[in-house]
Amino acid sequence: MRDVGIVAFAESQLTYGTTNTPVEMIVPTVNEVLKNAGIERTEVDFWCHGSCDYMTGQPFSFVAAVDALGAWPPIIESHVEMDGAWALYEAWMKIQTGEANVALVFGNGKSSAGDMNRALTLQQDPYTVAPLWPGLTAMEGIGACAALQAGTVTERQMAEAASRARRDGAKNGNVLVSGSESADELLSRAVTSAPFRDHDLPAMADGVSAIIIAAGDAAKRIAKRPAWIRAIDHRIDHQNLGWRDLARSTSAAIAASEVGVHNDKVDIAELHTTFSHHEQLLINALQLRPDATRITPSGGALVGNALMAAGLSRFGHSARAIFDGTADRAVAHAQQGACLQQNIVAVLEGN
Amino acid sequence: MSDKAADKPLRVRMPIGIDYKWCAGPASTDYLTGLKDGRLYGRRCPVCELVYFPPRNGVCARDGVMLGESVEVGPKGTVTTFCIVNVPFLGQTIKLPYVAATIILDGAHLGFSHLLQEVEATDVRMGMRVEPVWRDKSDWDYSLENISHFRPTGEPDAPFDDYARYL
Repeated sequence: MRDVGIVAFAESQLTYGTTNTPVEMIVPTVNEVLKNAGIERTEVDFWCHGSCDYMTGQPFSFVAAVDALGAWPPIIESHVEMDGAWALYEAWMKIQTGEANVALVFGNGKSSAGDMNRALTLQQDPYTVAPLWPGLTAMEGIGACAALQAGTVTERQMAEAASRARRDGAKNGNVLVSGSESADELLSRAVTSAPFRDHDLPAMADGVSAIIIAAGDAAKRIAKRPAWIRAIDHRIDHQNLGWRDLARSTSAAIAASEVGVHNDKVDIAELHTTFSHHEQLLINALQLRPDATRITPSGGALVGNALMAAGLSRFGHSARAIFDGTADRAVAHAQQGACLQQNIVAVLEGN
Repeated sequence: MSDKAADKPLRVRMPIGIDYKWCAGPASTDYLTGLKDGRLYGRRCPVCELVYFPPRNGVCARDGVMLGESVEVGPKGTVTTFCIVNVPFLGQTIKLPYVAATIILDGAHLGFSHLLQEVEATDVRMGMRVEPVWRDKSDWDYSLENISHFRPTGEPDAPFDDYARYL
């Protein structure tokens, strides 16, 4: 295996209701991550993009994103119909094959382009589920009920996750909602979509995230302290909600075990929590100890969920903690699909 | 298997649809509002200085930067390449044969496709100088269809070197 490290990260200001096109949204963040790395675009030998056509309502809308990259002389690029974290996974594999040394990956989403609660239903089984329009919140509600009934997550844990996300979001600044309410205060609020209260749902955002990863010497040349991807694993649960145990995340547990989350201490874990009950499900699956590991210090997707970018941002914020020495060993997690269907878990290290 | 009706497959109709809000973005907004007024606006790349008409997605695909100042171009232009359409197809409204041409407007550096009329297909050539024929002003919308077609101006052809770089 080649040593591959994250060497630069950039994230757009999160908004809701941008009047820019997706391509116009991407350009500044791609240029910013190049600037953060201090390299020219010609030094990037693989580009990979994550986005979702259902969000724009245009087939092959991702093709236009190549306009944002300055693809002259011609570049080698690819796209995943997934969060940008999966673009990072593809780029990491490309570098492992020896066909690339420096890769720029990015994910973008404009949640304000439509009713994403409905649009994301289209990612479900097109014959038996999508036509019923369950909506993402309802599907996640089924998952949360299963977890609450099984006792793998409690209502208080959901409120604590939301409370911490809102307080961390206030420190981060680049989020859509923040607050200083205690878990008790949040629990006293009305249930709006059982079993959820409003703060249990993600604050949908428009945004872009970009990361540069590089192999060995190139990584050392670009970054003072690269966040080395020591291990990365992607696992998938069955897409049919009825065929899964929604009270636990089996795929996240397997991925965590494969990458050896517990081979050493974990300073921080950036978890891609889009609904508040995900956090405890992931803590269970990754067997994290909140007294020993700082959970999602960026605030995470609950307080700013730029679809298709928020997972990649978890890698970015984990890497940032390594860059600045806040952490020596970090876990980055990203998810995709309803009820944590797909999970990527990676271990990042500074040394 | 006794009840015939129960053996019939159940059919349900579940039409699906989503409404989207599409923002044209600042560059295309200039372009579209210009068309509504019968004017043609492109945008200049601050790096390569080429003028994009239409301004595509508001970025220079060559340099990966946002396009800069708005530039009025045309209305005359030059045919760079063209296609003579001889094959009838469903929904066809234009008399065969006709010419679909790639045109670069004066002051712009990116070709776009439009219909060429008021000329025999066999007379169309690279470098031919053309001008837009606008529809009646009452029909104008935020659309390039405000131009019914292009037609030859009768000026001498543009030299190949003038447009060779932008083919």
